[in-house]
Amino acid sequence: MAGFVARRIAKGILVLLAIVVLNFFLIRLAPGDPALVMAGEAGAGDEVFVAQLREKFALDQPLPSQLAAYLRSIVGLDLGYSVRQQMPVATLIGERLPATLLLTGTAFLVSLSLGVLLGSLAARRAGTLADTAITGMALLFYATPLFWVSLMAIILFSVRLEWLPSFGFETVGAGYTGLARAADIVRHLVLPALTLGLFFMAVYVRMTRSSMLEVSRLDFVKTARAKGLTEGVIQRRHILRNALLPVVTLAGLQAGTLVGGAVLTETVFAWPGIGRLMYEALLQRDYNLLLGVFVVSSAMVLIFNLVTDVVYRAVDPRIEVAR
Amino acid sequence: MDTDARRIAVAVRDLSLALPAGGDRANAVDGVSFDLVAGEILCLVGESGSGKSMCAHALMGLLPKAVRPVSGTIRLGDTDLLGQDDAAWRDTRGRRIAMIFQEPMTALNPLMRIGDQMAEMFEAHGQLTPKERRARAVALAREVGLPEPERIVRAYPHQLSGGQRQRAMIAMALALEPAVLVADEPTTALDVTTQAQILKLIRDLQRRRNMAVLFITHDFGVVAEIADRVLVLRHGRVVEEGPAAAVLGRPQAPYTRTLLSAVPTMDPPTRPPLSGPKAVEVVGLQKTYVTGGGLWRAPRRTAAARDVAFALHRGETLGLVGESGSGKSSVARLVMRLIEPDAGQVRLGDTDLTRLRGEALRQARSRIQMVFQDPFASLNPRRSVGRIIADGPVAHGVSLPDAMERARRLLDLVGLDAKALERFPHEFSGGQRQRIGIARALALEPEVLVADEAVSALDVSVQAQVLALLEDLKTRLGLSMLFITHDLRVAAQICDRIAVMRQGEIVELKTAGALFANPEHPYTRALLDAVPGRVRQAA
Amino acid sequence: MNNAVPLSAPAPARRRGPLAAFLRHPGAVIGLVILALVVAAALLAPILYPTSPWRMVQRPFVPPFTLERVPLGTDALGRDIAAGLMHGAGVSLIVGLVSTLAALVIGVPLGALAGYLGGRVDDALMRFTELFQTVPSFALAIVLVAILQPSLSSMILAIALVSWPPVTRLVRGEVLSLRSREYVQAAIVTGQTTFTILRREVLPNTLSPIVVLASLMVATAILLESSLSFLGLGDPNRMSWGFMVGAGRTVIRQAWWITAFPGVVILLTVLALNLIGEGLNDALNPRLSRER
Repeated sequence: MAGFVARRIAKGILVLLAIVVLNFFLIRLAPGDPALVMAGEAGAGDEVFVAQLREKFALDQPLPSQLAAYLRSIVGLDLGYSVRQQMPVATLIGERLPATLLLTGTAFLVSLSLGVLLGSLAARRAGTLADTAITGMALLFYATPLFWVSLMAIILFSVRLEWLPSFGFETVGAGYTGLARAADIVRHLVLPALTLGLFFMAVYVRMTRSSMLEVSRLDFVKTARAKGLTEGVIQRRHILRNALLPVVTLAGLQAGTLVGGAVLTETVFAWPGIGRLMYEALLQRDYNLLLGVFVVSSAMVLIFNLVTDVVYRAVDPRIEVAR
Repeated sequence: MDTDARRIAVAVRDLSLALPAGGDRANAVDGVSFDLVAGEILCLVGESGSGKSMCAHALMGLLPKAVRPVSGTIRLGDTDLLGQDDAAWRDTRGRRIAMIFQEPMTALNPLMRIGDQMAEMFEAHGQLTPKERRARAVALAREVGLPEPERIVRAYPHQLSGGQRQRAMIAMALALEPAVLVADEPTTALDVTTQAQILKLIRDLQRRRNMAVLFITHDFGVVAEIADRVLVLRHGRVVEEGPAAAVLGRPQAPYTRTLLSAVPTMDPPTRPPLSGPKAVEVVGLQKTYVTGGGLWRAPRRTAAARDVAFALHRGETLGLVGESGSGKSSVARLVMRLIEPDAGQVRLGDTDLTRLRGEALRQARSRIQMVFQDPFASLNPRRSVGRIIADGPVAHGVSLPDAMERARRLLDLVGLDAKALERFPHEFSGGQRQRIGIARALALEPEVLVADEAVSALDVSVQAQVLALLEDLKTRLGLSMLFITHDLRVAAQICDRIAVMRQGEIVELKTAGALFANPEHPYTRALLDAVPGRVRQAA
Repeated sequence: MNNAVPLSAPAPARRRGPLAAFLRHPGAVIGLVILALVVAAALLAPILYPTSPWRMVQRPFVPPFTLERVPLGTDALGRDIAAGLMHGAGVSLIVGLVSTLAALVIGVPLGALAGYLGGRVDDALMRFTELFQTVPSFALAIVLVAILQPSLSSMILAIALVSWPPVTRLVRGEVLSLRSREYVQAAIVTGQTTFTILRREVLPNTLSPIVVLASLMVATAILLESSLSFLGLGDPNRMSWGFMVGAGRTVIRQAWWITAFPGVVILLTVLALNLIGEGLNDALNPRLSRER
């Protein structure tokens, strides 16, 4: 297992490197002088700063040396400087990252567990009213724009019912500490995490349902019946476990969409994470910050992928053990 | 047989199972009666669609949802199984009647350890503590002859061979010492040597435990090997029933006689020796498959062909026989240039086929054609039969009307109606499709035909017809044939000479008569000994 | 010899045409009706609302169903919401369709190449595809549009660039499995050219899954388009549904309808396309959807 994880991490680093190279070319896709692009609109007037950038990234030299310079700085965890926010990009992102991890992690877990639960329920009762209701609901959420359902949730739960706060990470100035603070954060987390998770829950419901129906036609399920096992055991132990494998794979593939979706959720709920940071960078055309967030969110996806790979590996004995 | 000793375990009376409306017949099984007697193996024999598998599933209450029992009783002791509720069925399954299936690969849960799947049998019926269940699993594994029982109960199904998986299935079925065992084609998916071992195991266990066994099979060789009594089914009805020796030796029903006469014998007919010019010569053929492998992992190598060499004379049929993984199909594809050899030559007359590239290769292909195994996968579902046959000639410059005319003649030649031209593959039965496949191969007027397990997917009566057709065409058109098969009986009937392959190597190559009369290589001998029904036939 | 085997008596009931199968699917029909309405709205917008949807036509914050002239009310700047919805339909449809076509143009050849050639080419292409599948697609789309400057074409390009990987994977898988199918091998053996084999034996049998995927991709593309517009990355000269939701966001407490209506319209359009996709799947891939 350790060897497997090591191999996956190595592969992840290679992918990340490729993304950084992609990033490098994206900067050069922007119209105008890359130094000015990196400096952003605010810094463009600052001659000294622009000259510094030019030198640091070897911008007057040929493309390969520019790429080398860029890679050097990224490997040193230097994502550049945000002139707008007067802070290094890495620091800005570092401050905001925990909030995003909390949000996406919660949404991931909630959507996966709810999705599998409802999906298996629908599969067991295939053809009944419960099945129709669950699949219909999944179809609806699958088609709902994320940003819109967030807004509607605010209207319903914050404005009308006044159950939950509609924005922010915690109640500013309330001075909560310890458990009280945690409870406050959780109250703020409920709406963003749920609305972000809805779409993915729908995805997992559909996948779990169809996968379970498929597995239930396989021979070993007949073997299980021939043993005289009860329907509950057959469903749980034989059908669901096998049906989960493609769901886990899908969850890995969806990680990118989840992290991307956080930009919308965080924007709507003013959640102080890197998604919100991306939106701010966007408004201010702060390209350096924008690309920094892009690289870090890609890295986050890689971590999600690693986790799902390890889970899959742990569930399925057929994948060869590393030699 | 002594009536006192005939302890009836299960009595099936007048069983009828209805198929959903709109099928080709109303009942899958129609008024079938039989007894399963302790200490006796009853073989249910029939071709595909005879309803034999449905009978087996009815005994377990595992019929497909669309199939309903409409009349009859299945008595186990004092209870009529057909009348019992779900809970009673669960209690019956596994404890009083157990079942093993055809595909040991798919019949085991891939995510559970073998031992856990055995222990589940006790768990399902609330017997023993978890610790005792584990101990019993090891004992069962030992009883069915699994190697290293303590270790193998902790293995996953994919780590076992096909034969070991079937042994594990049998161990599971025996766990609760049921009075009745239902075996649904349990050896059909296995290689012939493994099949022989599993048949022996079932026989031994059945005697030791005095079980009643219902054994479903399509193979009369297997019947001869294992049956005490035989029941022949056709279209859901009983055609004939009786003791094995009687049914096999003096069949009464014409259908049984037809079936039995369609089974190829192990005595090759005498054939005049052939030594004409060589149609195909294969020299030093090498092919190794490399799978897996990557940055951190050593690749796995499988030899499909190791220095394979043979000559196919004009007018000759050369058989390539072997078990799965022996490389026989790879050699066929190498000869066809469907895969590229690592080394070696395939000569077609005086052309070196392995040297040709591009357009030259495309042109040369018309001289050597292939008949494929799977009658369902070898025809493009979206093209009409006429076009399927005509496509080859058209690709070689024949005009479409001429090619269609040729297709019409070929359909007649292979015994199909000319109306088939306009139809699509899904409208035909397996045997008919195989005839279409043969017509397609002949459309290019080849010198050599390569038949890759061309009759393996067919029922025995259809198999006999297609074999006769191939033999007839070969003689009439002066073809040479490379005939790949796993079935030694089939090889005995059609081949002039036979090459036995194992792990990519030809271990023995001689005339069919000599091979069966005097096998030299130990593997050839093992293979011949394993053919089911051989002993009884010799006797 | 003349042992003519009789042709199987009643041939297994001829398969129903795919169109009939599609129309038997109630969801698919509902989807088609909704989609037809959206298309009609896009076509009729310039006729029913010839003036710019950006123009102020009434006082701001007119609630819906109160004034006949603005049936769905007005927004914070007094713009007619109904007019915006009609004009936005065109943008969504164009972006959805064109970006999907562009993604197919990238994805199908790459997948076919990887599947047909195999080996190193396959390896390299799949690594490349994996890279694009790992990148958070929405974030990449944001970066691309921001850098290329917001416009209809940059939006289409960005969406196409983030949506092609599933196409490649699908086509590769299909081609790979078809390549080893016996009837394709039979075509090789009978000496047909590679081009003929691809055209006659391989491609017709990959078409239906591609059609199904494409219909679902249009839905996803419309969702992406509205999300980008919501963040203010839409074409500044064109009214779009996502932009309308974004514009109404700040006044959501006073005027729910400004955000609610465009959202519902997006939802219905995307739902319709998904329903059509499911119907197509059942009609074209009976093998996959058959329940037994």
